[in-house]
Amino acid sequence: MKGASFDEEIEMTENKEYKVVGTRPIRHDGVDKVTGRALYGADFQITGLLHGRVLRSPHAHARILSIDTSRAEALPGVKGVATAADLPDAEDRIADLGEGAVNLKYLCDNIFASDKVLYKGHAVAAVAATNPHIAEEACKLIDVEYEVLPPVLEVRQAMEADAPLLHETLKTTSMGETADEPSNVASHIQHKLGDPEKGFTEAEVIVEREFVTGTVHQGYIEPHNATAHFNQDGHLTIWCSTQGAFTVREQVAEILQYPISKIKVVPMEIGGGFGGKISVYIKPVAALLAKKTGKPVKVLMNRTDVFEGTGPTPASYVRVMMGATKDGKITAAEAYLAFEAGAYPGSPVGPGAMCIFAPYNIENVIIDGYDVVVNKPKTAPYRAPGAPNAAFGSESVLDEIAEKLGIDPLEIRLRNAAKEGDRRADGPIHPRIGFIETVEAAKSHPHYTAPNGKKYHGRGVASGYWFNIGLESSVTINVNADGTINLIEGSTDIGGTRASIAMQAAEVLGIPAESVNPSVVDTNSVGYTAVTGGSRTTYATGYAAYEAAQDVKRKMIERAAKLWEVDESNVQFADGMFSSINGKEEQISFRDLCGRLGETGGPVVGSGTVNPGGAGGAYATHVVDVAVDEETGKVEILRYTAVQDAGKAIHPSYVEGQIQGGAVQGIGWALNEEYIYNEEGTMTNASFLDYRMPTCLDLPMIDAVIVEVPNPGHPYGVRGVGEVPIVPPLPAIANAIYDAIGVRMTELPMSPDRLLKAMGKI
Amino acid sequence: MPTVVIPPLMRNLTSGEANITLPGTTIREVIDNLESRHPGMKERLCQEGRLKPGIAIYVNGLLTRGSLLERVDADAEIHFLPAIGGGVSEPSY
Repeated sequence: MKGASFDEEIEMTENKEYKVVGTRPIRHDGVDKVTGRALYGADFQITGLLHGRVLRSPHAHARILSIDTSRAEALPGVKGVATAADLPDAEDRIADLGEGAVNLKYLCDNIFASDKVLYKGHAVAAVAATNPHIAEEACKLIDVEYEVLPPVLEVRQAMEADAPLLHETLKTTSMGETADEPSNVASHIQHKLGDPEKGFTEAEVIVEREFVTGTVHQGYIEPHNATAHFNQDGHLTIWCSTQGAFTVREQVAEILQYPISKIKVVPMEIGGGFGGKISVYIKPVAALLAKKTGKPVKVLMNRTDVFEGTGPTPASYVRVMMGATKDGKITAAEAYLAFEAGAYPGSPVGPGAMCIFAPYNIENVIIDGYDVVVNKPKTAPYRAPGAPNAAFGSESVLDEIAEKLGIDPLEIRLRNAAKEGDRRADGPIHPRIGFIETVEAAKSHPHYTAPNGKKYHGRGVASGYWFNIGLESSVTINVNADGTINLIEGSTDIGGTRASIAMQAAEVLGIPAESVNPSVVDTNSVGYTAVTGGSRTTYATGYAAYEAAQDVKRKMIERAAKLWEVDESNVQFADGMFSSINGKEEQISFRDLCGRLGETGGPVVGSGTVNPGGAGGAYATHVVDVAVDEETGKVEILRYTAVQDAGKAIHPSYVEGQIQGGAVQGIGWALNEEYIYNEEGTMTNASFLDYRMPTCLDLPMIDAVIVEVPNPGHPYGVRGVGEVPIVPPLPAIANAIYDAIGVRMTELPMSPDRLLKAMGKI
Repeated sequence: MPTVVIPPLMRNLTSGEANITLPGTTIREVIDNLESRHPGMKERLCQEGRLKPGIAIYVNGLLTRGSLLERVDADAEIHFLPAIGGGVSEPSY
């Protein structure tokens, strides 16, 4: 297995001329997707299908006194009803899955509330019926008696000593130590470098500010869906939309206490995920209902279910203080991060704390992070989870320091930029990184050098970091007689990864990308593969494809040697041609040799498995121009340039697509998006009509600029690209608004009403 | 010998010492030796013979799978950090 050893030398192909890597072939799944032939979870049909519907809590915080399902069960057409009572007992057991170790009781209680409901929309029961309408009507006949409790809806309120407790047994943990008293604060983390107190005494300018961000959803277009079916022999199959078929298998196995060997998960095409389709919600529900009814059961969410019943990214309170000398050298930095976890522990405060000062080489740093439960849906990953909240604070404060010192905002970033060998605030040393290159590219870009002086127009910049992950991937390659290969993988294709993975195999074998047929298959048909998340897929699964293709190459060399009756050491392979180097001057193309596999030993199958540790970090620097309407407070994005280090862009179009998509989601987060709650804890804008995401009419073309500083942890130098582009937009836009109107915006979203208040107009 | 960087919230067990060099060829040996020198460390890091949930191990800047059997070089730098989420899935094969 490649990457399992940390001292392993990776054979870098840096600076080589590539035939396939770096080109822009049409994606293999493109035609099916644009013609509507691609099959998504909601499209799935099977004989005898029942339809499931989930009953959700009308209260944000309440004790469940009783659940009576008898009236629902009596409704004609109803075939089964499930509640928490149907789940195996899950008291106090830690399971390693999903986003790491989780308390199994919390995981199960998020599928069906047992003793308490902890957010409006919390699932309480589910019905399977012969059609969706009967299932919906039956849900209304389930009688649930609640004792309504006061909700806690904001992180600082939840941290107060007298705040209502969500979990009577939850106590704060701090690196293995547990507090004595119950609290809504699930954990406290801290990173510290040097002597921050001394660093601040050396500073000649200090800026401290507080920041607040709202609860924001990933906003994927396709709602969650799942169809489950038990065979007569007890094998369970689940067809669903997911970012990771194997993690669905693990979570369902833990929740239902069912062996993973009896669960097959079939990933359908996915209509967006952005981190929100890693946790399971209705997949165990479909399986429970299928078990109870003996029939296949399909459960679909609608948009309100998605907003109210699935994980958003958290609201947060962030306090940042930074100090610098007159020449712009940062002497100390301090951050306090309090993130809402939602109903159960597990906010992304850890990644936020890791990323907040990672672009800079600062000797004296202290970062405190708090994971806090509130009466909102349990948070789920969302594109660089935690990093945008944190960067909104640090990049705004740095901008203010630059302004006070009269230093260009990109220049102050260059003066403090982290590079290979510098130590991050959380401890580890940076490997080879490309932050400086992104700032330099932004500084010399025509956008940054263009005039910007109109009234109510402003320009802002910001940078961001995301660490990326490796984890396990498996790929199998079957060689076809016509010179093509079938590439079998387990990574959900969200952003064009069928193409970017296929291209890495094609490069090794000297064949066109079009000669690779990539398939994303079920959990029974490929080796273990971790989620499409953490910006890992083109990096890790691409690495596995590279290894599988190397395996094929070795085997094909054996076949050529056999054909020519020479030793394998006398066969070389380059540019898709095998040649004999023992004086015979024989040559055969990869394609022609594929046609002679039968006579040289039969089929050739290659495999590759990796668990690479060198994902490398990703950096981005963005420049944005805005115009603020002085009468309405509306912010218009006039021009947007996003520079990012991709390591090596395997398929530049899809790297650009990720950069543009991340920037656009960041723009939405910055300007418009938020969950708006009433006092009872009900989200009052749970539809796309009222939850305002940006459309193409709101945006200019995002100019994506790719910088390539190869990652030494990958054969082609790939770095993950999917997450870091959402980090800079929030502070970059805030800094641009300051440039336009002279007011520092410290609360998200920076919506028209907040702008008008900031300008003193209301 | 490997160097362990002690997390700030655990330095109450090391009298404030941040970097500790001690022998060990695996993470388990390093932790055992750390425990001998600073009692209480093992209880904070391990549970039932495995790394405690919520804690991650970095060796020479690279995130490991958290196995106590992980081998470490003589000049390795070891960090115990809060485990992070962010869409990271833990496997069961």
